[in-house]
Amino acid sequence: MAEINSMTVAAEMKPPSRVGDHVFKWITGLMAFSVLVLIVVVGWELYKGSNLAVHKFGFKFVTSSNWDPVEENFGAWPFIFGTLVSSLIALVIAVPLSVATAVFLTELAPPKLRQPIVSIIEMLAAVPSVIYGLWGIFVLIPWLREHCFPVLQKWLGFLPLFQGPIYGVSMLAAGIIIAIMIVPIITSVSREILRSVPDLQREAAYGLGATRWEVTRIAVLSYAKRGLCGAVILGLGRALGETMAVTMVIGNRPEVAASLFAPGYTLASVIANEFAEATTDMYLSALFEIALVLFAVTIVTNILAQLLISAMGGPRASRAIQ
Amino acid sequence: MTSELLEPKAPSQAGVPVGKGLTPMENATASRPVEPPARADEVAFHVEHLNGWFGQHQALFDVSLQIPARKVTAIIGPSGCGKSTFLRTLNRMHELVRGARLDCQIRLFGDDVYGPRVDPTLVRRRVGMVFQKSNPFPTMTIEENTVVGLRLNGVRDRRLLRERMEQSLRMAALWDEVKDRLDKPGISLSGGQQQRLCIARALAVQPEVLLMDEPASALDPIATMKIEELIQELKRDYTIVIVTHNMQQAARCSDYTAFFYMGKLIEYDKTEKMFTNPTHKQTEDYVTGRFG
Amino acid sequence: MTMQPQSLYHRWRKIKSTLMSVTALLCALLVIAPLGLVLGYLIHAGAGAINWDFFTQLPKPVGEVGGGMANAIVGTLTLLGLACAIGVPVGVLGGVYLSEYGSEKSNWWIRFGADVLNGVPSIAWGIVAYALVVVRMKTFSAYAGGVALGFMMIPLIMRTTEEVLLLVPNGYREAALALGISRWKMICQIVMKTAFKGIVTGVLLAAARIAGETAPLLFTAFGNRFWTHDLSQPIAALPLQVFVYAISPYDDWHRQAWAGALVLILMVLFINLIVRFITRGRFAGAGR
Repeated sequence: MAEINSMTVAAEMKPPSRVGDHVFKWITGLMAFSVLVLIVVVGWELYKGSNLAVHKFGFKFVTSSNWDPVEENFGAWPFIFGTLVSSLIALVIAVPLSVATAVFLTELAPPKLRQPIVSIIEMLAAVPSVIYGLWGIFVLIPWLREHCFPVLQKWLGFLPLFQGPIYGVSMLAAGIIIAIMIVPIITSVSREILRSVPDLQREAAYGLGATRWEVTRIAVLSYAKRGLCGAVILGLGRALGETMAVTMVIGNRPEVAASLFAPGYTLASVIANEFAEATTDMYLSALFEIALVLFAVTIVTNILAQLLISAMGGPRASRAIQ
Repeated sequence: MTSELLEPKAPSQAGVPVGKGLTPMENATASRPVEPPARADEVAFHVEHLNGWFGQHQALFDVSLQIPARKVTAIIGPSGCGKSTFLRTLNRMHELVRGARLDCQIRLFGDDVYGPRVDPTLVRRRVGMVFQKSNPFPTMTIEENTVVGLRLNGVRDRRLLRERMEQSLRMAALWDEVKDRLDKPGISLSGGQQQRLCIARALAVQPEVLLMDEPASALDPIATMKIEELIQELKRDYTIVIVTHNMQQAARCSDYTAFFYMGKLIEYDKTEKMFTNPTHKQTEDYVTGRFG
Repeated sequence: MTMQPQSLYHRWRKIKSTLMSVTALLCALLVIAPLGLVLGYLIHAGAGAINWDFFTQLPKPVGEVGGGMANAIVGTLTLLGLACAIGVPVGVLGGVYLSEYGSEKSNWWIRFGADVLNGVPSIAWGIVAYALVVVRMKTFSAYAGGVALGFMMIPLIMRTTEEVLLLVPNGYREAALALGISRWKMICQIVMKTAFKGIVTGVLLAAARIAGETAPLLFTAFGNRFWTHDLSQPIAALPLQVFVYAISPYDDWHRQAWAGALVLILMVLFINLIVRFITRGRFAGAGR
């Protein structure tokens, strides 16, 4: 056994300073709370910038369809309309696909197949918006114009939705592109939600002699309803704010048209297109107000989605949001 | 007695064993007076009226006892009886748990452990701890693991560090096994070696007391035996408090034994008496294996 | 017998179940199809346009064939660096607070705030950076672009950092504190070092996420056809260049846009690959 050293090293050690602890806690806390500050900053900057337009146009800003930079008359209705319609189309396409895929991944797929599909979906989410836009312009739009839209018009042309001239660039094209872009997030959040359904639920249903589909429908989907709603609303939030790809395929025409084949314009794309060339203060302020509207709407949808998802899926699901 | 002197001990007021074989390194402080060896019946911890809570749940009820210096004191009792909680109050680890509260008077060699101006990190430098699950830091080598307590407390002197490392590893009876691979990760060692590395790590900062929370419960019999032998060696210079659920272990290696049940200290006496002729019925039932 | 109708009904239920399974499979295939379509076309159209010039030359004026996007590639890396300068310290330290200090209540608010920020449209970040930086500096600049992207990184990094720090077993924290190491040193030297790989992973993923962002750069970094070494000047960025070329009427620019897009996606996938490489084996280095 070695000799115990008698020399105390306590003298060599520095006395602990509480200052270091306090400073570190303070700094990290400041950084953490900066996210809340940042929300306020975004809101405040947008509000400040839109002051001029808010005072001049008031509530008429969101109801008027007149967007005339030359006369400095600004009404955002066509953009709001375009945003809502394109997002709605996207949801109609994306929601059934995403939920079905999530069901497939959690309930049906052989375990070997699950991870590869999940990886592919993750990669889909990683593709930058501008690349979807590029693909939209040069691949999707020509295909829609030549092959898809004429057929739709032939069979469903009696509906006002599918009438009018075909340009290719259109609300429908934008909706499709947005759908592709929001499918990954809805799928991955839905998947986490479904995974959080306790196995007991499934076993109980199997115990009653239910088939696989019946188990899914009765035990899983109805149990996960609220969380899935959250996933869909989250997807809606992303759809509303989607900018580049939409700007590249929607046609950028501030009109309110009944036809899905007609070009449109969204809140995000009008900012993307016109902000850099907005010369007058009023013009700039109107664009700020559009951003404010967009910000407010996406914040509300996001908060709603967060509440639904975190009530349902716990931390894992809210992690999937990223 | 009532002093709150838990600042780093100035060499002159050493409450730690003092003595022999000063290296050149230590000459700077070698002029301090050499104190006579402490009395055999010196008390390390005075614990009075210790009550502990986790949120609303009270885990410890009015525990009072005195832990003698340079002896091994074992804490036994069925799981959930508050023995680990008690141990963790001695070096102020209890308060790290969210919602934990404490009401007590604890003195370590006369110094108030829970005084209002006492820095818990200084208490922890004087009261080392070894945990149930061995936990060498995974990013560090054996060498780094051993002296991490010194390095992160501001000791920069390479030679001193090197020296303390060897000493600590020797004290932990690990030196011969690892001296050729000090630069290997600490977690590359076997379970028993890892636990001894953790003991070396705790010894390196030269505490006065070593708390051990079931240090051998995850180890095989041979590794357990080594730890027990080590405890016998260490008690010459250190006060050791060991929590164990293994009564044979308590009987084998402790001088005093405290029996806890439902958060209360039922009985506390010389180990020999506790295991042969306990005063309380509950103690007897427990040590004879009738419950727990 | 009553068995007969029951078994018929049962068979129908079975068929229905199989039918739904097949439908779900088809949906899954439809969902993953776009990746193949987009990547396939990207390689088909982009690979032909990529050559040495693309990485070394500046963009040529309209009408002249050739040229490259060297400045845009460097610009994107510069912007990523600037974004990291904001996003990494704020995100990582904020994540430390969440995992090591925050009370349950404050953590709820911070996580909530981070998740809400995550949903803010990227174009809105562009406007905020415009209002905060461009208006004050009176010029578009690399700084402004970096600020916009940096703000976007904060919630991403914060959440992943928190998560990997929480993976570090509590035993290490207790062991360090029991040695009389002060808390902040314990966090920096033990906890963060243990989770280092995980933190780096989070940062890389966030960088991959924002590397392709275009909207926040439109009126901050603005784009530049030339080299710039002055960060207070407009700077080119790969996604921006792809966008400008894509909506232009020139065939040669379209080719360049495809090449740029291919490089961009390779960059993003490359980062993802590195992440896979890092996380292979022990995730976050925590646990044993």
